[in-house]
Amino acid sequence: MAITFRKKNAVDFIFSSVTAIASLSVIIFIIGILYVLIKESSLSIERFGIIKFLVSTDWDPVRESFGALTNIYGTVITTFLSLVIAIPVALGIAIFVTEISPNFLKGPIGIAIELLAAIPSIIYGMWGLFTLSPIMSQHVEPFLKKVTAGIPLVSILFQGTPMGIDILTASVILSIMIIPFTASISRDSFKLTPAVVKESAYAIGATKWEVVKNVVIPYSKLGVFGGVVLSLGRALGETMAVAFVLGNNHKIATSLLDAAATITVTLANEFVEADNDVYLSSLFYLALVLFLMSFAILAVAKIFLLRAERRYSR
Amino acid sequence: MTREKQRKIEGGIALVFSTLAALMGLFWLVFILGDVLVHGMGALHLNLFLQDPTPPGVEGGGLRNAFTGQLLITLFATLIGVPVGVLGGTFLAEYARGTKISRVISVLSDIMVSVPSIVIGTFIYAILVHPLGHFSGWAGSVALAVIMIPVVLRTTENMLSLVPWTLREAAFALGAPYYKVIIQVVYRGAATGIMTGILLSIARVAGETAPLLFTSFNNAYFSADMKGPVASLTVTIFQYAMGPYDDWHKQAWAASLIITLFILFITILGRLIIKWRYK
Repeated sequence: MAITFRKKNAVDFIFSSVTAIASLSVIIFIIGILYVLIKESSLSIERFGIIKFLVSTDWDPVRESFGALTNIYGTVITTFLSLVIAIPVALGIAIFVTEISPNFLKGPIGIAIELLAAIPSIIYGMWGLFTLSPIMSQHVEPFLKKVTAGIPLVSILFQGTPMGIDILTASVILSIMIIPFTASISRDSFKLTPAVVKESAYAIGATKWEVVKNVVIPYSKLGVFGGVVLSLGRALGETMAVAFVLGNNHKIATSLLDAAATITVTLANEFVEADNDVYLSSLFYLALVLFLMSFAILAVAKIFLLRAERRYSR
Repeated sequence: MTREKQRKIEGGIALVFSTLAALMGLFWLVFILGDVLVHGMGALHLNLFLQDPTPPGVEGGGLRNAFTGQLLITLFATLIGVPVGVLGGTFLAEYARGTKISRVISVLSDIMVSVPSIVIGTFIYAILVHPLGHFSGWAGSVALAVIMIPVVLRTTENMLSLVPWTLREAAFALGAPYYKVIIQVVYRGAATGIMTGILLSIARVAGETAPLLFTSFNNAYFSADMKGPVASLTVTIFQYAMGPYDDWHKQAWAASLIITLFILFITILGRLIIKWRYK
């Protein structure tokens, strides 16, 4: 529609071209990142292949033998654990804000959640190292060890000395970081439930919880799911919050009290120190794997959120 | 127990749990902020802003280099990122309004906003640090700008879309070409919103550490030369907190306090402006 209004005008043409180029920068970045990462990691791709790199647990700068599995394992396990902790809490917050809270509390809690999201990840990391880690190693982890001591299989998860620098601590910090994202997207999705539908449920005698459980959550599940996947994408790429408390240990740890390494932590700790080409190239390879993983997950999240939006706007 | 009673009890339990969840969210915020405040206030000292770091292990000194570096890097990132972001958003909301390309770029920007910032650090390292052979403040600024652009672009697009179409038609009717309409009418209408978006994007990048690790790196000495490695508060916090000296830890807390307060202040300011302007 805009085009028909426009008179032919040289300045206008220049201005529109400049804005077009500026908006294309986003596409240029994405293609550029992909191209550069592939190019920089080509040495490592040639040397270790794709499947072999992904399933190898080697990470040995001295023998120049590299594989991504320990890093991917660390990334996946910390992300998974943090989601397990964060999702129930985030949904609880969203339910509280939309259904339970008196009006005067809605604003402050909303702001508190946004502030929690605004705190830089390095602050989370440092707080985790100096404050949370001692609490975990002195109180929480010994307690978990004692409770699970007799139970087979579960006790394996809590083997080892509680040091506070481990998968469990990193996951707790990560979960605190992603609670705000999940909570605010869930809240926005919950809010989209039409009042009429909820009122009909109340009218046939449903309790508040039954309305939430049987009306609000089913109605907004697409949006909530999108929010959860978005948080997953965020957690995968989080660096500083976990870099302090994970310990950068390249092995497949079976106990949650073991140190581990994520892709991001490995990059943060070793990138500048990489002293030969294969080492550096392998780190670029890791970055490429991380980029592809998070891009795919974020794209899925975006598709769900767009679908949710389209469905409700009808 | 009757069925009604059971349902009521079940509901009550669920509601108690979700209230507890909300309290837990608040608890973490108070815990983290309180901790940063207590430790930070204790270590805050005028010398922190006026002196450069002493050699490792020697007590005293300050973080003048890191404060200056952080300001420079963020300032230049803003100078690069904001024009590109605002112009790009203009294209999406005006010239390409409603087209497929506009929708595609919007979605890609939303994805770019959440792409791991450390990956952007490695990208900039490969194109700006490795070829030149040394770390530089410019590389840091560009890395932050790359993170900033999608954020500014999306908020600008949204804010411009809020300006009523009839306003543009009125200007067209006076014979104004589109660029004049955009600059003199649409930008004016959306100025507060765009400013808020810029503020929030500054808050977003000011606390970034990961993309600076391999770009602007760090510098133990005072340096305002953007062509060489420049110290930043965030990278300094990382280095000091992981270091072995108590004095370093104290300075890291103080730096954390300053940066947290700065970011929270901008975030709250942005939210207040939105509330006040778009009730």
